[in-house]
Amino acid sequence: MAERPLTGSIRPEVAPDISAYESAGGYEALRKAVKGMSHQDVQKVVTDSNLRGRGGAGFPTGQKWSFVPMDEAAPREKYFIVNADEMEPGTFKDRLLLECNPHQVIEGAILGAYAIGASRAYIFLRWEYRLAEKRLEQAMAEARERNYLGKNILGSGFSLDLRIHTSAGRYICGEETALLSAMEGRRAVPRAKPPFPQVCGLWGRPTIVNNTETVANIPPIIRNGPSWFHGLSHTGDAGTKMYGVSGRVGRPGVWELPMGTTMRELLEEHAGGMRDGYRFRGLIPGGASTDFLVEEHLDVQMDYSSVQKAGSRLGTGMMIILDDKTCPVGMINSIIRFMARESCGWCTPCREGLPWLEKVLRAIETGDGRPGDIELLGEHARLLGPGNTYCALAPGAVEPLQSGIRYFREDFERHIRDKRCPWR
Amino acid sequence: MLTDDERLAIEREVEDCAHKREACVGALRVIQRSRGWVSDDHLRVLADMLDMTPEELDSVATFYPLIFRRPVGRHVILVCDSASCWVMGYEDLLRHLQSRLGVGLGGTTSDGRFTFLPVACLGACDHAPSMMVDDELHMDLTKEKINDILQRYA
Amino acid sequence: MATIFIDNAPYTVKDGQNLLHACLSLGFNIPYFCWHPALHSVGACRQCAVKQFRDEQDTRGKIVMSCMTPAAEGTRISIDDPDVKRFRRSVIEWLMTNHPHDCPVCDEGGECHLQDMTVMTGHDYRRFRFRKRTYRNQHLGPLVNHEMNRCIQCYRCVRFYRDYAGGRDLDVFASHNHVFFGRHADGVLDNEFSGNLVEVCPTGVFTDKTFKEHSTRKWDLQTAPTVCVHCGLGCNTIAGERYGSLRRILNRYNHEVNGYFICDRGRFGYGFVNSGERIRTPMVRRSKAGKMEPISKEDVLKHLEGMLYFGARVIGIGSPRASLESNFSLMTLVGREHFFAGIPEQEQGLIGRIVDMLSEGPAPAASLKDAEEADAVLVLGEDIANSAPRLSLSLRQAALNKPMEIARKMRIPEWSDAAVRTALQGQRGPLFLATTAVTKLEEIASGVVHAAPDDIARMGFGVAREIEGGARGAALPAGEMSSFARAAADALKNAERPLVVAGTGCGSEAVIRAAAQAARALCSAGKEARLLYIVPECNTLGLGLMTRKHLGDAFRAAGAGPADIVIILENDLFRRADETQVKEFFRGFRQVIVVDQVRTGTTRVADVLLPACTFAESQGTYVSSEGRAQRSFKVYLPEGDIRESWRWMADMAEIAGRPEGKAWRNIDHVVKALAEAMPVFEGIGHAAPQAGFRVNGLRIPRQSHRASGRTAVSADMDVHEPKPPVDSDSAFSFSMEGYEGMPPPALIQRYWSPGWNSVQALNKFQEEVAGPLRGGDPGVRLLAQGSLESPAYSGEIPPPFAAREDSWLLVPLYHIFGSDELSTFSPVIAGLAPGPYIGIGEADMKRLGISEGDAVVVTLPGLSRVLPVKKIAGLPQGIAGMPAGLMPAGWIGLPAWAEMVKKNGG
Ligand SMILES: Cc1cc2nc3c(=O)[nH]c(=O)nc-3n(C[C@H](O)[C@H](O)[C@H](O)COP(=O)(O)O)c2cc1C
Ligand code: SF4
Ligand code: FES
Repeated sequence: MAERPLTGSIRPEVAPDISAYESAGGYEALRKAVKGMSHQDVQKVVTDSNLRGRGGAGFPTGQKWSFVPMDEAAPREKYFIVNADEMEPGTFKDRLLLECNPHQVIEGAILGAYAIGASRAYIFLRWEYRLAEKRLEQAMAEARERNYLGKNILGSGFSLDLRIHTSAGRYICGEETALLSAMEGRRAVPRAKPPFPQVCGLWGRPTIVNNTETVANIPPIIRNGPSWFHGLSHTGDAGTKMYGVSGRVGRPGVWELPMGTTMRELLEEHAGGMRDGYRFRGLIPGGASTDFLVEEHLDVQMDYSSVQKAGSRLGTGMMIILDDKTCPVGMINSIIRFMARESCGWCTPCREGLPWLEKVLRAIETGDGRPGDIELLGEHARLLGPGNTYCALAPGAVEPLQSGIRYFREDFERHIRDKRCPWR
Repeated sequence: MLTDDERLAIEREVEDCAHKREACVGALRVIQRSRGWVSDDHLRVLADMLDMTPEELDSVATFYPLIFRRPVGRHVILVCDSASCWVMGYEDLLRHLQSRLGVGLGGTTSDGRFTFLPVACLGACDHAPSMMVDDELHMDLTKEKINDILQRYA
Repeated sequence: MATIFIDNAPYTVKDGQNLLHACLSLGFNIPYFCWHPALHSVGACRQCAVKQFRDEQDTRGKIVMSCMTPAAEGTRISIDDPDVKRFRRSVIEWLMTNHPHDCPVCDEGGECHLQDMTVMTGHDYRRFRFRKRTYRNQHLGPLVNHEMNRCIQCYRCVRFYRDYAGGRDLDVFASHNHVFFGRHADGVLDNEFSGNLVEVCPTGVFTDKTFKEHSTRKWDLQTAPTVCVHCGLGCNTIAGERYGSLRRILNRYNHEVNGYFICDRGRFGYGFVNSGERIRTPMVRRSKAGKMEPISKEDVLKHLEGMLYFGARVIGIGSPRASLESNFSLMTLVGREHFFAGIPEQEQGLIGRIVDMLSEGPAPAASLKDAEEADAVLVLGEDIANSAPRLSLSLRQAALNKPMEIARKMRIPEWSDAAVRTALQGQRGPLFLATTAVTKLEEIASGVVHAAPDDIARMGFGVAREIEGGARGAALPAGEMSSFARAAADALKNAERPLVVAGTGCGSEAVIRAAAQAARALCSAGKEARLLYIVPECNTLGLGLMTRKHLGDAFRAAGAGPADIVIILENDLFRRADETQVKEFFRGFRQVIVVDQVRTGTTRVADVLLPACTFAESQGTYVSSEGRAQRSFKVYLPEGDIRESWRWMADMAEIAGRPEGKAWRNIDHVVKALAEAMPVFEGIGHAAPQAGFRVNGLRIPRQSHRASGRTAVSADMDVHEPKPPVDSDSAFSFSMEGYEGMPPPALIQRYWSPGWNSVQALNKFQEEVAGPLRGGDPGVRLLAQGSLESPAYSGEIPPPFAAREDSWLLVPLYHIFGSDELSTFSPVIAGLAPGPYIGIGEADMKRLGISEGDAVVVTLPGLSRVLPVKKIAGLPQGIAGMPAGLMPAGWIGLPAWAEMVKKNGG
């Protein structure tokens, strides 16, 4: 079996504890870093590893860190934040890591903070992840006890205070700048970029926000080095990836696999293929804000560039499968309804455009569709594209819509023609 | 207005915060945990503790779906309505829940037992459909399972 | 300067601007909502989209928000690109999905930015076929009306109210398409600038409640440029009338003065014009014990003829709330030596000092814009938010100047408002306040002391001394005070454009000198220091420049020898001096002639009462605290025999056989005579074009070309359209006929430009957006800069304040709603004003064993009154306060020592 640095030591049946983590090599990376590596050294290893953000956008992590001012004149307060707000529909990978491997997330956070010279780190956790919160708290207490956290970590002179910020819902909180607003006790409205958080983030100080999975990758990278990390992958994008499948498949689930595993392998080998009586019609590869792909794409490798070439995005790497007994209009409407509801309400296209789309989709679904509705949907899918809105929520929201219309247009038309949903 | 426990818990939230408002979501949740929801009166007391105006605190409180600014039932059911659960039969379950509870989404049962709300993807898509009742996650839901679960909450 | 390309044509624009600002300045029409020239960019509404191209080869381009994109060298954009035009149309279409389309009943209708932008983008067909969401409205108090359904969520209201004006009781609630702008619960808006929401809101969510009461369409208003008469700052306003009543006040942009905003007193204080207390006919009292009787204008003049014979001994009392012309015409009528400013001796002394300091000292008087640009501020003895409200808004912006360096270092453009605020993290520049009690600006101050007036003066001298390295000024008292003075001195020294603010507010002449000393010290240290003195009334400074003779002089003159007549111009002497003294004064005359607008204590004792026009019905020049002479124009003709004060004076002059009586046919004659008579007023003729001014032979119409139903106005009586009256005093007509283009800056009577019907049309009137008006900002500065070596600085430094065992120093406390005389005749303002009270600090309350609400007997020599106690935070021990302008007759001339005892059983 291939190496699984993120999940290899997980024993789902037992609660995680620090000794087990340590005996699997946990906190070695931390020791190595704070004792023998400079901040820049750590940054360099991560840059060389070509680790790309697992939060959806795939931005190279080392490069992101490199924007943090590190010179003498840099502000004393800097922050490192683990984004554990996982709310993207179809995505449940971070929960597994948080619940079953909290120490690795914590170690990653300490290393990330060390790399940028932060004195405080946060885990931004969604409220609904109750078990994760409990386990993180316990793990943090253990780490503090062993001086992996707190003052003068392992005698290195480096100190770090790590806290959990438990949120109270709203998908937009996961967007990194909205997250900063939320952490400051403000409405979680995204911020304009520039300035980028790396320079002017939480409380106006340099701040790094990384996804939970990204963060969990840091300890093994520091421990084993960049080339080891490259070796884990099937493709140019390094490392392993948490992949998941949900929908009417035999064994829905989440697995850590080499980056670049194909969709077919995921669907057929790991997820056990379609359930009896259901046929595959399409999939959304990386959470709800990515474009549909269909049968012809199943052999595409799940990495950043390949999925992009196929016309979608890797996103979170968590696929949702559409089967032949499920109405694509309804599925898309469920996504749009979600996005309309979770919008922060700041910019016009998202705030007003998405609810309109939701109403049109609902109308089509319930037999009240009219000629011209599909064109209206298509037009909106373009109008809500990147750059036209303030943040990426709305552009993400319309990705499955625009590709949905492309691949399932006949279904839309049938709804309107027959004035009812054929699946009801 | 606040109990000593609540005060203490709120002070703990505020502790070490460079800016008190940073603790506002945590503090709101303290109230909600003990009272079920955050009334106008409590919101004002809390705002005062956080050096915020009631407007400033309410502006944040009402942004979040999980801060309840209206009374809720003894238990809160959060049904995931996101894509995977939707594909896995959310609508049937919703209908079932609605008829069992006698209220629609956003409603509270007449006996004050349950408030029934939609929630963003619960991150349990591999065990869809799912829902949370209070702090507990319930997965792989079927009508029968729902009947069982509802019975467990007084 | 940078060159940018708009639809392939090159344009030169200023560095550091965003594209929207630059394009609007160039005259292009780009629709926008969330951007505001004073509030800058946040990129929320997405209405201002343009297409940007990488280079000449790039033909696809990408849509960007012009308000969020720098107009950097070589930027290539298209405004007309079909893609982006369609996007802009879609933005309106989205906004309209929930808009109620209630234009026919909306108070914003016809002057609505949303209407304009809808037309501009070409959205004209409704495709949205679903239900709209609706909201519940809130009661926000008597000034501002709330109608949330019309909201387009541009976030301007909260950005103005919270970020710009420092209000904290308006906010945005909920999320997605349920966002709601309002208060946490119904209640009166707390911020003194709430009225600006009316203009800031691009649609009809926040509207003027006082205007709403008379239901008038905005295009039916007759309007003229006016100057606010409710404090000394001289904010420029536009007043609107219909059917003989004044119906609203809008901000009138003056880059140097009030910019885009005015305070609520200025906006809502106009109600006195329509008040039941207005004097509408001449009245006479035929015998001393008799009653007042109405009389016609002709008859009253005949009545006066008998009195104003040649050689009659007449004295005149002027007024700081009357125009220069009115004061000067009275002065001319009675002779310069018989003319007295109707201001008590002590206050006149302060004003005289202010005039000296401003005309002889090296630091020029600061305009409001100067104040806004200051990077360090010292305030001595003024509760600015209440005594000169608009200035506090300027100082709030000034507080961002110094910290802006942080944003600049991060390369955040100054117009990127949200980003700047993130970078600044609430940091503020130096603002040091030395006041008698807690003031509102303290929430943004870097240093505060509360002290007695004499100690405030000492503090000012201390700062001066510190700046000069001990060369002059007071030795610093120990403790808190010296650290305050040192910190303030350091901050001022480290600034480039420091500002010192003081005024008549705490009644101390030493404070005025101390402020000048501090400013002088800064000037000698090579700083571009400015000095700003707050004066109480709209023409205090003008009158101060005209005469130094005060009420005490008048009293003495009356007592010295027999006098026949006193003429009192727009002045209630009972607000100025002790009741018995005033009564005594009046007894010295055979006839008391009073010219005023509203009934006051003084008008009640008149033998002859002449109804005067308010600012809305008369033309006149007022000199603001900056020394800026500004012309205000009549909006409409007064009813019946109400006349301009100066016309009454001219009539009386004619009766008295003076040549001016015949010569003064219009106000320009008075202006000219004044300019010739007193050198300091030499320039006032340039404050605005004269009566004969025409554009292409045409007058400037007071009514808009859209005025509807004019022919029907009096159709119930006569189907013929009445001939519009002729205005002999100005270039304005009382009709819709006239020059339709842009008038010269001093004559801007409304903002309108093709396609721009809302106040946002102002963009077209400026040289560049948010810059000076085309043709220069109106007003003439009368005060020249003095020199470093002025004798005016001489004077003693007062000894430290010593609290007394059994008496208290009473100081005035100011209220934006209540302290100004005329605005309290407006019912909405009166409703917001407090009643009389005695303000006591915490320590003294303890000492006296009293608590808030208790009754206390307050005694001044010869006066005694029971007053409820109000706790005033910050008042030092030994000092008590009284609400300025809100006390009954006699309680004036503060500071003064008073005794206080708790009323037993009270
Ligand atoms: C609407 C929206 C929601 C997002 N939610 C999450 C989230 O829940 N978790 C997450 O890690 N990233 C989320 N992201 C991505 C973050 O903005 C950010 O890119 C990410 O946390 C950066 O981490 P990475 O570089 O490690 O991927 C979201 C983005 C958008 C636009
Ligand atoms: S696209 Fe606009 S409204 Fe939607 S979440 Fe982002 S900023 Fe908020
Ligand atoms: S004006 Fe530019 S986005 Fe609103």
